[in-house]
Amino acid sequence: MTWLNAVVQGVCLGGLYALYACGLSLMLGVMRIINLAHGDITVLAAFLIWVIVDRWAVSPFIAMLTVLPVMLIAGYFLQTTLLTRSLRAGPLVPLLTTFGLAIVIQNTLLQIFSPDVRSLVTRAGAISTASWHVTGSLYLPGLGLLVLLVAVAVLGGLDQFLRSTGLGRAMRATAQDPDTAQLVGINASGVYARATAIAVATTALGGAFLAIRSTFDPASGPTQLIFAFEAVVIGGFGSLWGTLLGGIVLGVAQNIGALIDPQYAILAGNLVFLAVLASPRGGLLAARGARA
Amino acid sequence: MTLLEVEAIEARHGLLRAVRGVSLSLAEGEKVALVGANGAGKTTLMRVIAGAHPAAAGRVRFDGEDVTDLPAHRRVGLGIALVPEGRRLFPDMTLEENLLVAGRQARPGQWNVEAVLEAFPLLRPLRGRRAATLSGGEQQAAAIGRALMTNPRVLLLDEVSLGLAPVAVQAVYESIAALISGGATILLVEQDLARAIRVADRVLCMLEGSVVLEGSTADLSREQITDAYFGLRRGAGAAGAP
Repeated sequence: MTWLNAVVQGVCLGGLYALYACGLSLMLGVMRIINLAHGDITVLAAFLIWVIVDRWAVSPFIAMLTVLPVMLIAGYFLQTTLLTRSLRAGPLVPLLTTFGLAIVIQNTLLQIFSPDVRSLVTRAGAISTASWHVTGSLYLPGLGLLVLLVAVAVLGGLDQFLRSTGLGRAMRATAQDPDTAQLVGINASGVYARATAIAVATTALGGAFLAIRSTFDPASGPTQLIFAFEAVVIGGFGSLWGTLLGGIVLGVAQNIGALIDPQYAILAGNLVFLAVLASPRGGLLAARGARA
Repeated sequence: MTLLEVEAIEARHGLLRAVRGVSLSLAEGEKVALVGANGAGKTTLMRVIAGAHPAAAGRVRFDGEDVTDLPAHRRVGLGIALVPEGRRLFPDMTLEENLLVAGRQARPGQWNVEAVLEAFPLLRPLRGRRAATLSGGEQQAAAIGRALMTNPRVLLLDEVSLGLAPVAVQAVYESIAALISGGATILLVEQDLARAIRVADRVLCMLEGSVVLEGSTADLSREQITDAYFGLRRGAGAAGAP
């Protein structure tokens, strides 16, 4: 039963990783950009939410809904200003640009907020401590289930959006062949700007749950980036359902590792990541959804 | 009335001058074939007209408007549609999605998914299939259908028969026969000379980036075109030219 509990907690933790990874996966799938600043943008969103909660004493969930449109607009401008130019210079340049952006965000946060560790665990109300006892040592965490639910809704919703809306189809067409997409009337840079806007907006959700669930400081970004990146790779590039699955696999691996020895949590996750990288298929849903 | 006018276009691939001062014009309803050997600059010229390749010099005018500096997607909105060489369908999207994605920013007009499936009956049973799984001929029909979804005023067809079995080429041409006889304005690149002559009102023959022969298909003999195609008459009047 302890093992089952570890798996259940791992699945919930995986929902959080999938939520972190969602924007990363979208940008990688549509533009082939690996956004190295994704973790730091998530932490930036967490800080924005923290400021709103701290100043106006509102619920973190209301703060999250306020920050969401801000990040949406920020993402749009990130693409139209920095990334469009970078993409023109070749596939490697966006990687360097986002790396630089990561450093700028991290140090700006450090300058403004100091290296103090912060958290919104106590501000989220009953949900952060709620849990249901099922049997024996099996518990269902309230917040974990909420995160998982949000992750499924966001990733599933985005997948549906890509599949069945006009803009979604335009995004997939541009992802598969930007040159030809323009020949059928698609404004590729406009599509890219919207994709990045959506990707950055999802960091408001990731950042909120990061703050509500645990602690964060200006240097937390790279860790979130690694977990997000591992989730994307385990699930297979460019497949959003794959990313959800990848996050869950990572979460379960970490929790089972922790059960063996608390020191093994991160290691177990990394080992699964390496095993998937070394496997011939490279990503659980990679072959089917590689260019979804 | 002149619909498309190309004036002294130059286009480069790095240091290579692929198109060297080509001018041509297309009247509404006219069909013009662009012939020439591989590497003559036909595809590059088509891509310059569509806006997919930058012009190093010269102008492209469409319906009296200078479109030289417009990006490809804006030209689609004006009514220029290119069916690219190699078909270039979006491989992981279904046939129907390939059509829909092109119809999104379309000019108003007669073409929609139903009309395309009507015009290309071979596509009807395939609408839910992934484009990558279609045969070459089916892909070509789909690529033409996709271009039609934008309701173009001029259709640029690049190497429709490239890499297709003769029977597939026949099927594709049969399905666009109605389009051709229906008064559409078409500029096509075609390797098959006999077919080009049959379809087009006028032929332009390109050699090493320049137009070396131009005339109506009624006036030109097959031999004249073949000679121009291989550059046989070149230098006859100017000995020692490079």
